[in-house]
Amino acid sequence: MAGVAGGNDFQWCFSQVKGAIDEDVAEADIISTVEFNHSGELLATGDKGGRVVIFQHEQECKNRPHLRGEYNVYSTFQSHEPEFDYLKSLEIEEKINKIRWLPQQNSAHFLLSTNDKTIKLWKIGERDKRAEGYNLKDEDGRLRDPFRITSLRVPVLMPMDLMVEASPRRVFANAHTYHINSISVNSDHQTYLSADDLRINLWHLEITDRSFNIVDIKPANMEELTEVITAAECHPNQCNVFVYSSSKGTIRLCDMRTAALCDRHTKFFEEPEDPSSRSFFSEIISSISDVKFSHSGRYMMTRDYLSVKVWDLNMENRPVETYQVHEYLRSKLCSLYENDCIFDKFECCWNGSDSAIMTGSYNNFFRMFDRNTRKDITLEASRESSKPRATLKPRKVSTGGKRKKDEISVDSLDFNKKILHTAWHPKENVIAVAATNNLYIFQDKIN
Amino acid sequence: MSLLCQAPTALVGWPPWLEASVQHASQFWMANMYSKGTKRKFSDSVDVATDNKAVLYSRQRQSLLDMSLIKLQLCHMLVEPNMCRSVLIANTVRHIQEEMTHDGSWQLVTEAFSGSGPSDHLVATEVLCRSSVLEQQDGGPKLYSVMGYDSCHEEEVVTDEGLCSVAVGDGAPALLGTIDHCWDRAVEDRVIKDSGSEVKDGTRSWEGAKTVMGQVFGTFEIKNGAPGSDPALEELFSAVDASYYDLDTILTDIQSTPKMGPYNLLDSMTSSHGPTSNSSCRTDLNELDHIMEIIVGS
Repeated sequence: MAGVAGGNDFQWCFSQVKGAIDEDVAEADIISTVEFNHSGELLATGDKGGRVVIFQHEQECKNRPHLRGEYNVYSTFQSHEPEFDYLKSLEIEEKINKIRWLPQQNSAHFLLSTNDKTIKLWKIGERDKRAEGYNLKDEDGRLRDPFRITSLRVPVLMPMDLMVEASPRRVFANAHTYHINSISVNSDHQTYLSADDLRINLWHLEITDRSFNIVDIKPANMEELTEVITAAECHPNQCNVFVYSSSKGTIRLCDMRTAALCDRHTKFFEEPEDPSSRSFFSEIISSISDVKFSHSGRYMMTRDYLSVKVWDLNMENRPVETYQVHEYLRSKLCSLYENDCIFDKFECCWNGSDSAIMTGSYNNFFRMFDRNTRKDITLEASRESSKPRATLKPRKVSTGGKRKKDEISVDSLDFNKKILHTAWHPKENVIAVAATNNLYIFQDKIN
Repeated sequence: MSLLCQAPTALVGWPPWLEASVQHASQFWMANMYSKGTKRKFSDSVDVATDNKAVLYSRQRQSLLDMSLIKLQLCHMLVEPNMCRSVLIANTVRHIQEEMTHDGSWQLVTEAFSGSGPSDHLVATEVLCRSSVLEQQDGGPKLYSVMGYDSCHEEEVVTDEGLCSVAVGDGAPALLGTIDHCWDRAVEDRVIKDSGSEVKDGTRSWEGAKTVMGQVFGTFEIKNGAPGSDPALEELFSAVDASYYDLDTILTDIQSTPKMGPYNLLDSMTSSHGPTSNSSCRTDLNELDHIMEIIVGS
């Protein structure tokens, strides 16, 4: 796969944007998760209103092979509804925190979607045929009087307009006291884990009435609580291995074969703090908001507030690569603490070949880093640069005193326009970027 | 740029146990408020330049502490707020408190506090008004633009106009950038050179600080968990999951708009049980007073 930036003839260009153009954004339309399925044919988004929208990649036009197909709406359904916890007198938000696809095993597609408390397994199936010619009922469904039937016929399957149906197959509820932040399907395709602030549970996809608790960091005395789980993921190849990250900037790798309760980690990843940059905000900005294994399973990537780090699973004492996402914000941490932006949870993702990584920033900027060439690029998801196949222009934030033309100064950044969720197609250079209530799809220019 | 001097609606009509715990935290605020004035006395003999840096640093630290405590306490409460965020803010508060203890500011704080103790009224209002009062007094740098509490949504707290597009500022000079810059420099350059006599007192006050902090977070636990609580009550609530009363729910739950939840149930229950449950709350307050006496060394 080609690199991300610079590179001969490699450029990102706009492909599509989904969502309303209105300046007034309805809270329910804010996209809260984006995920390609394993083939890249389907792209799922979840929003704050509890809805899931799935886009399907259309086949390329045979007449115009130089155009990649577009993603069009395939299915939309309401996954979660708002609930009320009567014991605590609090609402349970319907916001979809995560969507994870199951590997496809038959013609239907399965995905797991979760809000703060409940995980659901959805089956998305196609129906393009209908049986006609039943004996016991009419075409419009009315039952026929059995005494009137004089002959029997075999129903025939007739084609019909394609109907995509989403149906909930399993509901995994009542297993989490705290808010679920991650779900991850295991490589055995039979189990998955779900993580909340203090506990991680292991589920079997077929069994909804029980789950195994495999990590519990809740202290006996809650006054001593100083650390929470922020993300967790199963290893892509080894079904006994998973990792979880914490608000203190540490990652623990656990092997489920060692014990039923994996409170003692097998590996502990933490980078020693740089004493010269210590401030009151050091801990907050070290809190890891996302952790993702590479497709190969040899590396993992973590996102903290200002940087992305790539870790070699064989080296625990420091990351092998560190990429600064928006270092210019380091001097603004107090303001970002005041307006709560410092608690924003950015996600990160790998490309299919693990040669590049991507993450979001503010002002609808997102950043991509090429691990081989060490080049990086900042792009913007905006309506202005949304002309079909228009090449995206690299953006730059000016940090010094003099602001060059086309650069934007730090103080002009819009901190309400944050890109928290991005996804990279598993096989091609196609990316999906969620900017508040809009989904942008970009792809590389085919020359 | 002035803070609104009226209590946010969410502070009205709290259940008594919640009010008590907020008062503990608020007393901590009040105590810190006095530290600004008293600290100056000790810096007369120090070099003016370092004195300025130290004062600036301590003021910034104070503002950060206030901001953190307000964030912890004023959460919009229809939905459970983010535990990660609450834990990180609480850790920041602890960190500041530890530092203040080590450099002796906490000692001054407790001395100032020992004289007065407005435990009967909501002090949060005073904290909210504090900034504007002090601004008049010493015209210190403004770290906030406007804090809007109309719907008690923290997200409406605004920083300088350049930083957020939700600007409600009135064009006052944005000092946030400079302050942020000073902040990190101040961390490197700060002078923790208070007089030696404070060091040994500092150890004693650190113990007190830890206990007070424990009290602040400990009193967040509902009466049910206090030692010597009413056995009848315990039996009544034995079926209820104890984790409900844990710090996590309290910490995240702090400013519930009064709904008919179990807390209210508990109150209506305990009122019929007479002074028993009230006494455990009183016990906490008495313990705090006791500890303060030890710290002050009376």
